Amino acid sequence: MQETSLTGGFTDAPIDAAHAFRAALTVMAEPGKIAELSGAEPPAPMSVAAGTLLLTLADSETPVFLAPTHDNQDIRDWITFHTGAPIVSAEKAMFAIGGWSALQPTVRFAIGEPEYPDRSATLIIEMPELSNSGATLRGPGIKDTRQFQLPDTAAFQANQSMFPLGLDFFFCAGSQVAALPRTTLVEGA
Amino acid sequence: MTQSGQYNFAYLDEQTKRMIRRALLKGLAIPGYQVPFASREMPMPYGWGTGGVQVSAACLTPDDRLKVIDQGADDTTNAVSIRKFFQRTADVAVTEDTTDATLIQTRHRIPETELAEGQILVYQVPIPEPLRFLEPRETETRKMHSLEEYGLMHVKLYEDIARHGQIATSYAYPVKVQGRYVMDPSPIPKFDNPKMEMAAIQLFGAGREQRIYALPPYTDVVSLDFEDHPFEATKANHSCALCGASDSYLDEVITDDQGTRMYVCSDTDYCATRRAQGHVGLQGVPLEDNAA
Repeated sequence: MQETSLTGGFTDAPIDAAHAFRAALTVMAEPGKIAELSGAEPPAPMSVAAGTLLLTLADSETPVFLAPTHDNQDIRDWITFHTGAPIVSAEKAMFAIGGWSALQPTVRFAIGEPEYPDRSATLIIEMPELSNSGATLRGPGIKDTRQFQLPDTAAFQANQSMFPLGLDFFFCAGSQVAALPRTTLVEGA
Repeated sequence: MTQSGQYNFAYLDEQTKRMIRRALLKGLAIPGYQVPFASREMPMPYGWGTGGVQVSAACLTPDDRLKVIDQGADDTTNAVSIRKFFQRTADVAVTEDTTDATLIQTRHRIPETELAEGQILVYQVPIPEPLRFLEPRETETRKMHSLEEYGLMHVKLYEDIARHGQIATSYAYPVKVQGRYVMDPSPIPKFDNPKMEMAAIQLFGAGREQRIYALPPYTDVVSLDFEDHPFEATKANHSCALCGASDSYLDEVITDDQGTRMYVCSDTDYCATRRAQGHVGLQGVPLEDNAA
């Protein structure tokens, strides 16, 4: 275990996590909205936003899957030391982290059961940048429409069509975060 | 650490908050669906808002301005004690002003003043399952939700009409969320139902029943009804005796043992704001005279 895995956590866990959760709550409630999210300093190549999400939401009760882009010893040690979350295969994961192509195929992840649609995975997708252009989003949390750059269109349309089952997504770039729940209708690219 | 130095920020431990936070995010992703969560014992009895308090504790930051209302009022026991609880454990600023608040915890009312984007409304929920009084078994109601089998609820409303000539349900009036889940809006008067399509985030916590559910802003919330018996948001056919408002939900107050009564706004902040603006009801006095 490297010394780097012991650093980069929250400096004041209850307060930092409270601020981070409010950002996560806001973006999940308003799909496509971009917010600042920082506090954690995870090892490369994990973004500040993705690391902060993990520290806020993951613990020993939430198995985490690392896509090949993020599956290195530094990240494994950092997650284990700061959250205690077990690193597992895609099928068993509640949270999955990585680039969009590295997370494929997404059909591996849990989409919930008809009686418990909440038992589904949340994918934390690392993006080069977040931008309010591109695909048009509609649905709960969006007054009329909102633009957001998605890494794919068909995959998110297919995910929406399974509602109330399906995956939920966070998009992270640097210290920015956005989200796309399974309810959002996606059009165009 | 907070001022008193004895509690973690917002009372709950971090692992509990993470568990509640995960449930809240799934709740927002599946609007109207009841997410099970491991509700904790709180230092207040069930029925006093343990669910709402846990949701608020998971959402509060030190920058928030908290408002707590019980039946619309800021000054009732339940509201005062919960407000003090978070002042002590989260060192959070408090307010009675609806527009000034960032997080509002409510029992059985939606404020009259329209809520804005960025605000959060947390409901205290006693019975989260709208089908519970029609079907007592959780295994069955869960199956009914998964199959979108809500015929029983329409039969119940139909029986109301057959018996009373109208839908007699006046509070906790069932709604359908985004065309999918039938949801209990908590025991708010049906007068408040149309307000649920709002710009603020709505979170619902049921402590004893261990359920959390949520509505993102601008979610479709439709009160169940029939074409020939459309939903009607009703209130007492009076205006407020103190501020004269004719558009607010009214409480009936018995003022003696002869049956004399007056009707006043249930939303104390709304009433006080109107009186400060100079509105005077039939039995009211101008605010300055009252203070003297």
